[in-house]
Amino acid sequence: MTGTRDERVREIVTRYAAHRGPLLPALHAVQEDLGWIDRDDAAVIADVLNLSKADVHGVVTFYADFRDAAATRHTVSVCRGEACQAVGGQELYERSVSRFATIDDVTVTEVFCLGNCALGPSAQLDGRLHGRLSDDRVSALTQGWS
Amino acid sequence: MTAGRTTVYVPGDAAAVSVGADDVAAALGRHPELDLVRTGSRGMLWLEPLVEVDSERGRIGLSAFAPDGTMLSAETLLSIGSAAATAPAVGEHAAYSLGVGRVEDHPFLARQTRVTCARLGIVDPTSEQDYAAHGGWVGLRRALTMAPAAVVEEVVSSGLRGRGGAGFPTGLKWRTVAGAEPGLRFVCANADEGDSGTFADRMLMEGDPFALLEGMAICAWAVGATEGFIYVRSEYPHAIAAMRKAIAAARAAGWLGTHVHGSALSFDVEVRVGAGAYICGEETSMLESLEGRRGEVRAKPPIPALSGLFGRPTVVNNVLTLATVPAILADGGERYAAHGTDRSRGTQAFQLGGNVRHGGLVELDFGITVRELVEDIGGGTRSGRPIRAVQVGGPLGAYLPAKLLDVPLTYEAMAEAGFMLGHGGVVVFDDTVDLGRMARFAMEFCAKESCGKCTPCRIGSQRGVETLDRILADRAHPGPAHAAGLSLLTDLCTTMERGSLCAMGGLTPMPVRSALTHFPEDFGLDSAATPGGRP
Ligand SMILES: Cc1cc2nc3c(=O)[nH]c(=O)nc-3n(C[C@H](O)[C@H](O)[C@H](O)COP(=O)(O)O)c2cc1C
Ligand code: SF4
Ligand code: FES
Repeated sequence: MTGTRDERVREIVTRYAAHRGPLLPALHAVQEDLGWIDRDDAAVIADVLNLSKADVHGVVTFYADFRDAAATRHTVSVCRGEACQAVGGQELYERSVSRFATIDDVTVTEVFCLGNCALGPSAQLDGRLHGRLSDDRVSALTQGWS
Repeated sequence: MTAGRTTVYVPGDAAAVSVGADDVAAALGRHPELDLVRTGSRGMLWLEPLVEVDSERGRIGLSAFAPDGTMLSAETLLSIGSAAATAPAVGEHAAYSLGVGRVEDHPFLARQTRVTCARLGIVDPTSEQDYAAHGGWVGLRRALTMAPAAVVEEVVSSGLRGRGGAGFPTGLKWRTVAGAEPGLRFVCANADEGDSGTFADRMLMEGDPFALLEGMAICAWAVGATEGFIYVRSEYPHAIAAMRKAIAAARAAGWLGTHVHGSALSFDVEVRVGAGAYICGEETSMLESLEGRRGEVRAKPPIPALSGLFGRPTVVNNVLTLATVPAILADGGERYAAHGTDRSRGTQAFQLGGNVRHGGLVELDFGITVRELVEDIGGGTRSGRPIRAVQVGGPLGAYLPAKLLDVPLTYEAMAEAGFMLGHGGVVVFDDTVDLGRMARFAMEFCAKESCGKCTPCRIGSQRGVETLDRILADRAHPGPAHAAGLSLLTDLCTTMERGSLCAMGGLTPMPVRSALTHFPEDFGLDSAATPGGRP
């Protein structure tokens, strides 16, 4: 882990330069290794992949997965898809938003379906999928997050 | 099974893991007399984690947790594994029992016709040998002895239609690509599975990933493609890992790469991960995304079959479509076409979810009615309350009232009734559902996930949300503003239907209109004369 951010971005993106349609895999790799995709990364990425800076920026902002800042220590992604709503997913989402509203270290986001629609309500806690959730269960699983 | 040892199977499927399967596997894996195999899931998801143990009578299934939360012990499994063929399955193990012994005899599975999902929950998805031992690669072997055009015709004769939603005949699509301009061609597996209420693509990739690779290789041979991509949504980390492992194993075994098993076929596959955009399930948006651009829908023509990925002829097929092809090549197109109905040939992997007692994967011949599926197989609601609505076909699908559940699940019967089958998702709601809120949600979803290219979709859905907010606020005391709101809503629906480039904007009105038509009381309208009212 040496070098400036620019150098590291360049090194990561270069690994994908020979792929067909390298931009998405390269962006995933930058975010995975460096935590987020900085606005300033676009110039480096564009340079390596022979794209315009505007193109790169346009792609980064189109996709919900790409962040422009570090993630919080914990994440809660609650499913608001219809199948989860049929068993209380919307309420779970709203309760989770208010439960963690005052805790800086936790981000609550909505997702639309996690492919666990027979075992809802579903959510990912720190990236791990959980089914048959209730507010109490979320509380138990996130003990010590405050 | 080694003598003196007992093999147990614990699903590694994401749904099973979401309710504790990894903990069960960790506990059982430590026992010195047990051999642990991680499989996919059989699809009886309400029973997950479902543990199976080898015995003289076959594989016996038990729920991993008793109702009080106690975990099944290794000793219990060993005693079943070593019991004589005549021993009852229940008795002392009643707390974990499914009420039957052999998993295949469970009524939920016994009435299914498993073709596409035949190996799910049975094989070890990391083992290429296990795949081969369960009928894998037979279809590809046969295809490679045939002329590519004959493979295409075999698929045509099966009557297979795309399982991704639009139901386009697969053989015809392949024929178009096979006849397109010579040179570089691609096969793209659409594993974006964005429709809420659907999970069969995920289960297939996690539980039988080689079937998808075999289907893609057969397709590549048939149409003359050399490169394949599997576009998997980022919400599916288990499926991504399973596919990557399977690709490496298939390469090592010579089923991918140059000169597959000494044949003239050279074909390789790469997994690409989506980035949280529903619209990238639409095929042209997926191609844009694969090329490294914003997932904006392309106008057709040109169709992807002629000018697809990087402008080259491209097959885009859903995971289930491609994973069905090996069975068609192995057993013949006519055998597959013998399942199902007139224009809906074969089987469909229905996905039962939402407020349903026995939710999971149900592969059946086309033609079962929604009612049979949700009541007889699904066992009604999980809450025990009456069914009030069933949404079929994902977020762009209609809400069917309890009165209209006798429609057969075929492409043509659904279309005739004004509904759509989509990717086969069937979501059950009890009588506490508020269809006014669900209609608003449909508009909200469209507003959030629109690719932004056309105004009726991007702006219309946003106005739809605002309009529904006002309608719902007024519904207890409807006045002239309420009536005006409803008429604006139907106008917005018409504009979206007529002016949208793709089905995102074009079909979002389907859940909205069906809710309005069949559940008018949820919008503050008189329900006296309507059939779908609250029971
Ligand atoms: C908004 C929208 C979303 C779609 N999402 C998916 C999807 O997640 N998976 C899929 O296979 N097809 C999806 N489709 C259908 C694809 O455009 C395409 O028809 C399909 O991948 C073709 O494969 P098939 O013929 O095997 O079904 C979607 C279509 C639209 C309009
Ligand atoms: S209908 Fe919506 S999602 Fe489809 S192309 Fe138009 S704006 Fe994009
Ligand atoms: S709708 Fe929530 S997991 Fe599918």
